[in-house]
Amino acid sequence: MRLTVPRFTVLLLAAALGLGAAEPVALVTIPAGTYVPLQRSVKDEPEVKVAAFLLDARPVTNGEFLAFVTANPKWRRSQVSRLFADASYLEHWAGDLEPGPRAPLDAPVVRVSWFAARAYARAHGKRLPTTAEWELAAAAGYTRPDGANDEELSRDLYAWLARPVPAVHRAVATGRPNLHGAYDLHGLVWEWVDDFNTAMVTGESRGDSGLERDLFCGAGAVGAKDTSNYAAFMRSALRSSLKANNTTTSLGFRCAK
Amino acid sequence: MMPTPNLPTKAAALLLGLALVLPALRASEGPTETQGRVNLPPDVLALPVEQAILTAPPHVPPPITRQHAARVVVHLEVREEIMRLADGVEYTFWTYGGTVPGSFIRIREGDVVEFHLDNHPSSKLPHNIDLHAVTGPGGGATSTFTAPGHSSQFTFKALNPGLYVYHCATAPVPMHIGNGMYGLILVEPKGGLPKVDREYYVMQGEFYTTGRYGEEGLQSFDMAKAIDERPPYVVFNGAVGSLVGDKAVTAKVGETVRIYFGVGGPNVTSSFHVIGEIFDKLWPEGGTKYVQENVQTTLVPSGGATIVEFKVDVPGTFILVDHSLTRAFNKGALGMLKVDGAEDRVIYSGKEVDAVYLGSQAEAGSESSRREAELKAKIAAEIRSNPAIAGLTKEMQIEKGKQVYMGLCFACHQADGKGLPGAFPPLANSDYMLADRDRAVRVVLKGLSGPVTVNGVTFNSVMPPQEAVLTDQQVADVMTYVFNAWGNSGDAFKVDHVKAIRNETR
Repeated sequence: MRLTVPRFTVLLLAAALGLGAAEPVALVTIPAGTYVPLQRSVKDEPEVKVAAFLLDARPVTNGEFLAFVTANPKWRRSQVSRLFADASYLEHWAGDLEPGPRAPLDAPVVRVSWFAARAYARAHGKRLPTTAEWELAAAAGYTRPDGANDEELSRDLYAWLARPVPAVHRAVATGRPNLHGAYDLHGLVWEWVDDFNTAMVTGESRGDSGLERDLFCGAGAVGAKDTSNYAAFMRSALRSSLKANNTTTSLGFRCAK
Repeated sequence: MMPTPNLPTKAAALLLGLALVLPALRASEGPTETQGRVNLPPDVLALPVEQAILTAPPHVPPPITRQHAARVVVHLEVREEIMRLADGVEYTFWTYGGTVPGSFIRIREGDVVEFHLDNHPSSKLPHNIDLHAVTGPGGGATSTFTAPGHSSQFTFKALNPGLYVYHCATAPVPMHIGNGMYGLILVEPKGGLPKVDREYYVMQGEFYTTGRYGEEGLQSFDMAKAIDERPPYVVFNGAVGSLVGDKAVTAKVGETVRIYFGVGGPNVTSSFHVIGEIFDKLWPEGGTKYVQENVQTTLVPSGGATIVEFKVDVPGTFILVDHSLTRAFNKGALGMLKVDGAEDRVIYSGKEVDAVYLGSQAEAGSESSRREAELKAKIAAEIRSNPAIAGLTKEMQIEKGKQVYMGLCFACHQADGKGLPGAFPPLANSDYMLADRDRAVRVVLKGLSGPVTVNGVTFNSVMPPQEAVLTDQQVADVMTYVFNAWGNSGDAFKVDHVKAIRNETR
């Protein structure tokens, strides 16, 4: 009830600055390609063909997410179901409809769950990218398609990994875009993917030593190139650690179409 | 200790631990289905509950005095923090409890441990913990895989006593360990460990920074250096100088010091040594059955530990090093133990005398050079006057000379010394050679060309000079050999003789 006017002020300000829903995010085309999964069992395909698709040029901002929760009350911090978002959902926002100083409007929204990210995408007629799509888009370097061999990108990526999560994230799209024109795939926040939980096996299979052996063999087939891609392992580990209602201080998202 | 039938389980756990961190991440590290709290049997529920005392390095929690098992609750928090790696050098360490190595955990054999791993909300990454003291898949890693801002709980029973490493086992493991995620857990045997005066906690680990050693600023993890195992830093307790100066560990003369020493790695093993001390007792590899005594340097594997114990008898500064010494000298693996107390100059006198010593650089004609020359002459005379030694000297020259001959001369003069008719003259019973010892040496050193008559046969070919190839000693040896082989007989050649001919002006 309180502070109704300031909330509106924030919204108006956001709209005026073009940071809210008023200014739709640009989409970039990610050309068709092939994604080689980091880990797989022998039953999986060694490569995944990915068709060309459209991807948001940058992560979703606090301003944009504010517009979303304003229009969709059930995704506000005070009203969201614990089934869909854990207790730290948007916890750094000053209020339900007030991002506040720790969540600048042009900075990426973090502390959002997979459910919330998906709902946002659906509300915008979009979806979350798949792991294969996201990894394909992120595989490009600044100036060359094989980012793993882009020394500048590697240096920036590992420099980011070497720093703790800042109290306040910087604005989106202020860095350097990659070959496809996409910003911030590396070096700002982690991002949800639609099938984040496919890198998992059910509890029953875990004790199956045959499966374990398959994984060893499968990993052997993947080759050394992949075991040396520590950043990819980190993304995979992070995805594996999450449940769909989880949120973290460095996990945001962007949409695909 | 567990009986041997348990070993396959341990091995399987280890395999799974490996599997989980690299390829089988998805099999073992997924958000493990939460299985709910374990239903503890009444006898376990009846145990007293204790909150574990955790200590930051180099300190160790107090010895466990109770004579029974307990339910021990451990809370270990994971934090990613920027801290000092060396003067002017910062690094984002991933820590257990805010320190590298992580908090020391001390429990007793038979304890049932309720373990909580709390991953701070500011963490960028998920983490877990593999405690080598745990019997079970992943050593706990499968049960503690924890997203940022979450907490995991699992329970284990400490079946095996010993000193164990714990570490993060989240992919990519080498980076998690390489950023400082390791520590030690001591499971005291039921009877406890012998009482000592001081206990310290030291762990070695290496850091793969993008910058070279000492390059200032906030350093990043360098994946290529990690894979090549080329760390710019190898340090004790997470930083260069963490156990130096004011931060040195201390003891008093007469006290017994015990160091719980572990190696986090991720790759480099340690040749752990304390300069000026001898480990009176050592529990190799952190086990409890065998106690080794009087050890100078002990090899500690990556992901392993050792317990060393020694009485300090004299005061002074004792340097802890990885005796793979460029690590100590160039990469930071150096710490200090400062011992106060009264000197015992019989055990260690300190420097007693400092006098001038000139050695072989003494000026000619000086007192000491004259004495040296006298002594040398005496030795030479002694050798000459003793036929046994003199004979041995010649025998030795023949043996060595044969080696020279077989490596160099035999190609022309042949192994049997008979040479090749029409090309190379014989040495066996060679009237030409045996007639003039000086000339023989000269031919070897300076070479010979043009016609020469040997045993009535004329040869006209070229003998190349060997003075650039052979030392005086080698020439003396090979001459001694050819003058005493194949029926020839002659005195040994002396080095001075060869030298004189080498120095002749042509």
